[in-house]
Amino acid sequence: MNLPVFLTEQGSNQVNLKPEKAMIKVENLTKYYGSTLAVDSVSFEVEKGEVVGFLGPNGAGKTTTMRVITCFLKPTSGTAKVAGQDILENPLEVRRHIGYLPENCPLYPEMNVVDYLNYIAALRQLPQTERIRRIREIIGITSLGDVLHKDIGELSKGYKQRVGLAQAMIHNPDILIFDEPTSGLDPNQIVEIRQLIRDIGREKTIILSTHILPEVSATCSRVLIISDSKLVASGTTDELISRAQGSEVLRVSVKAPQEELFQLLRTVDFIGEFRKVEADDGEEWISLDIQSKGGDIREKFFRLVVEKNWSLRELKLDKMSLEQVFAKLTTS
Amino acid sequence: MNNIVAIARKEFKAYFESPIAYIFITAYLLLVNFLYLWTFFVVGQADIRPFFGFMPFVFLFLVPSITMRLWAEERKMGTLEILLTLPVTEKEVVLGKFSASFLFLAVMLLLTFNIPLLVGALGDPDWGVVIGGYLGCLLLGASYLAIGLFASALSENQIVAFIIAIALCTALLVVGEWFFLMLVPDIFVPVFEYLGLGTHFESLGRGVIDTRDFIYYFSVIGIFLYLNINTVENRTWV
Repeated sequence: MNLPVFLTEQGSNQVNLKPEKAMIKVENLTKYYGSTLAVDSVSFEVEKGEVVGFLGPNGAGKTTTMRVITCFLKPTSGTAKVAGQDILENPLEVRRHIGYLPENCPLYPEMNVVDYLNYIAALRQLPQTERIRRIREIIGITSLGDVLHKDIGELSKGYKQRVGLAQAMIHNPDILIFDEPTSGLDPNQIVEIRQLIRDIGREKTIILSTHILPEVSATCSRVLIISDSKLVASGTTDELISRAQGSEVLRVSVKAPQEELFQLLRTVDFIGEFRKVEADDGEEWISLDIQSKGGDIREKFFRLVVEKNWSLRELKLDKMSLEQVFAKLTTS
Repeated sequence: MNNIVAIARKEFKAYFESPIAYIFITAYLLLVNFLYLWTFFVVGQADIRPFFGFMPFVFLFLVPSITMRLWAEERKMGTLEILLTLPVTEKEVVLGKFSASFLFLAVMLLLTFNIPLLVGALGDPDWGVVIGGYLGCLLLGASYLAIGLFASALSENQIVAFIIAIALCTALLVVGEWFFLMLVPDIFVPVFEYLGLGTHFESLGRGVIDTRDFIYYFSVIGIFLYLNINTVENRTWV
């Protein structure tokens, strides 16, 4: 999709925004709501052009972290710098660099779409002459042409979300922050929004939060997993999977007397932990997940089974899924 | 400055998007006209002062209704999370909302002009009193607005905001009224009298433009706007 000029690197030089290095730097960010700890000493950096996913269970601290970065809330301790500007010293500057779409997309139901975008554009200090052009372009990108003069209260959730995205992008910010951008949307709308985010992500720095794992794989170059107010993991999806898995996992299905089988597995040196997996059919075939201590042990295992004259009907090298990584890191 | 104007315009228009505004204005005009006119012809005097006399009490219920949604609704709907992450200061938002509600009040007062015109057609009222009276209404109204706006920032619930606003306005009004002053030791009477919202209103209503009254009203408005800005800046709401 061809993005209009003002949303590209070249375009941003034409408007009065200085092309700062759109980097976000969060250091030991801590936030208490009263006596409840919401964010516990979280530190991370986001480089220009990255699309970073905040992944975590509900209540982990993702939204709070975003609220501090966008200067909606002040931290209890710790700092953050956005495009070189400190959130406590220059909050207005920080806000100029960010376009933010909060969870549940809070808009004014009594305003119509055009009036609302005009209002936001005015508060973003877009000069009057620019405003019309920008609004037209943003309406094109977010496909709001059909509902321009409808009141926001009348729109479906999908359209409301697009209005939310429009107001976040209207001033051509370096950084976009989306809190659960696809929540409440139907599957088709989800695909559309993700595609839109991917397209924008080619030119901008984006942080988005979600607890839907496929969304992360679909849109993000890097993932930060937040659980129970702490940052528990950071890296690309592949990095996280290999780190969490540690080693290869072999999925097998063997017909053998259970006790003897287990005894043998405990003594073999190339096998680490193993776990019985629930099987659908009867007691005869035992399904196991076996942790390998020697790389690809499929052949070794096969020989083992053959030696004992047992039967083997499944021998598969399993890669841990992101769901399993997530579960592992976020349940204590 | 541009931000304040943009916010004020949006809030002012928002009043008229809902039928509530029209109902309010109609109810207010009916009430005020009725209260003044039902004894008007019996008394037979072209005296406009009774018209202004009950305004502080009418405003007591009217003004909190105007201001109650200004912050409470935004808190409840979560729209503050977008508004306060725009490059606008809390001060600008407070002033914008205040300006919009003041303009709304001014419009309502303008619509009561039928009464001085009526009195002027039938008799020869003291126009200084009329000007002083409307000025008093604007300043008293603006004070109530500042108090009500502050109250609205204290809760997500519009009804709670409404009640707090009435309580505060009543307190500040009653403090200068005779039935309260009776209970106060003599040395304090002038102090409390000065603090009363109604005292200065009456003084202006006599047609006397006294700077002390202006200073008083501007101080009240200033204090409550300041408290409002502070409340929003130091928010701990989620």
